Amino acid sequence: MEKLIIKLQDINTWLDQIIEKVPRVIAPIKYGQKAEFALIKNATDVHYDSQTTISSVKSAAFPSTETLFAYAKNGPDTKLYNVAEENFVNTVIWRARPCDAIAFKPMTKIFNSDYQDELYNKRYEKITLVTFACNKADEFCFCTSTGGGPGSIENSDAMVTVIDKEKALVEVFTEKGQQLIDLAKELFEKADESIDKDAVLAKIPQKFTKEQIHDHIQNAFKSSIWKAQSERCLGCGACAYVCPVCTCFDIQEDSHGNQGRRIRCWDSCGFQLYTQHTSGYNPRPNQAARWRQRILHKFLYMPDRLNIYGCTGCGRCSRACPVDMNIVEHLTSIANSIHE
Amino acid sequence: MSKISEKAAALLQEGAIKMIIGYEQGTEHPRPIFCHTPEDCKKLIFNDQCKNNLAVYLTKKEIVDNDKIGVIGNFYVVKTVIQLFLENQIHLDHFLIMTVDEAGDIITFGNIDEMKQYVASHEPPANPTVLAAIEKIDKMSREERWAYWKTELSKCIRCYACRAACPLCYCNRCITDVNCPQWLEPWSAPLSNIEWQINRIMHMSGRCVGCGECAAACPLELPIGLLTKKMGMDIKDSFGEWKDGNVLSTYKVGDKENFIH
Repeated sequence: MEKLIIKLQDINTWLDQIIEKVPRVIAPIKYGQKAEFALIKNATDVHYDSQTTISSVKSAAFPSTETLFAYAKNGPDTKLYNVAEENFVNTVIWRARPCDAIAFKPMTKIFNSDYQDELYNKRYEKITLVTFACNKADEFCFCTSTGGGPGSIENSDAMVTVIDKEKALVEVFTEKGQQLIDLAKELFEKADESIDKDAVLAKIPQKFTKEQIHDHIQNAFKSSIWKAQSERCLGCGACAYVCPVCTCFDIQEDSHGNQGRRIRCWDSCGFQLYTQHTSGYNPRPNQAARWRQRILHKFLYMPDRLNIYGCTGCGRCSRACPVDMNIVEHLTSIANSIHE
Repeated sequence: MSKISEKAAALLQEGAIKMIIGYEQGTEHPRPIFCHTPEDCKKLIFNDQCKNNLAVYLTKKEIVDNDKIGVIGNFYVVKTVIQLFLENQIHLDHFLIMTVDEAGDIITFGNIDEMKQYVASHEPPANPTVLAAIEKIDKMSREERWAYWKTELSKCIRCYACRAACPLCYCNRCITDVNCPQWLEPWSAPLSNIEWQINRIMHMSGRCVGCGECAAACPLELPIGLLTKKMGMDIKDSFGEWKDGNVLSTYKVGDKENFIH
């Protein structure tokens, strides 16, 4: 790992170099009073004032709607068309947060747990993650309780930490990260060992450990806590759609006469329709069962089956919820009691 | 304990009411709370930040059973209850509908007429920001308006928070969930997002109570509340003041429009 220093005034020069060489650069831009990830064309497009974005950046590898393949029927022949290679382009995700970068690990495990999802993998391989350490946090942030942290380097290719009003520390972890440094080598100098990254990081109190949640819910399938917590839940998909780890999808057919395409689009376990059988029977018949699934999937099934947790503590679900289903609050209450 | 908490706790203690739905302080704003015990009632609050339209819960089978439920809601909850009643979606004897006056005292509605009277005299003024935004869009050319809505609705992720937060979106099976035939494309794409909102607004026209919770629920803060508001204004211009019922499915021989005769 290399530690470098860049002057804050040079960061835009570096980013403009990246934008010139990399076909797809995604970064937070101003969105009303908040921020959202979007394609950027200029370094000045980046919005640094918001702690985080409304949506996660998962769509860079797992778009909300994507074509799996297209088909055309001509008499007895049917032709299939795969997604063209030019759809998979080198991508830099700029100013991701540590909770965004870590999220690609569980996503990658899900998309390779048994079937190797070629479309996801091809997109993900092309991504370079430039993460900015957090020097601020809001009341919804809880990354330290899920194993991350405001300066966590996990899964980032490079990490920028603003040290003071003049300079930032740039840590380079991978070959992909190094390639971005090489685009503007002259802007960097070796970092002095005395630089204290930890001193500038946000202080995010740990409220529980993910293992604690795991242990408390493993026998809690029949607990009354799910109904109590989910009573106000409206059953929309906002939490799942902004979540950096939620990967549930639906398969749809866009057919027009003799041609069409098969589509994969986001879905959510919060929807009643998600588990509704054709017969009308629904094995998750109420919101309590659906909320339980959400928590058990992330904190029990995923660690047990994939050896990774499904929550990075970004807090987006809580910020997006119309009825303030604050996940930290719910998880804290799970951690502080025994449920059977 | 506040007057609201005291009254709510007393209602639960008397035993006639099994649960009270009201507001409690949330992380940043008030949020819905379900009080099952007098102890829960201590958390009840009421102020002008209590925006959630609690009537959304009154048509959910998993919440409403044979036990009587108390609701301490805002103006729009009362207005929605009237609409749900007129649409034969709720039995009023399952609920005790309440709101809170300026002095912090609970107002209890004994019947639908009392609710109608309250609603007729307490309608909050229209939000000037919303009206200004509508005026701005009205002044746009057809092309500009199309570009505006296409840009805005392209951002929609189809999480259906607008649908879920709306107390009048109570269909067991929403048109967008029907796939035989597939009326609407259920995936997120500019045109299908526009189609979805057009459907939502048309289904709301003449029924929407104007609570604005669809827009408040949108995680992407899309201006979808302008659509329901504008539709409400157009309905009012064409068919008169909100009275009751569903204006687009109410036919009278004396209607002034010729196409229907």
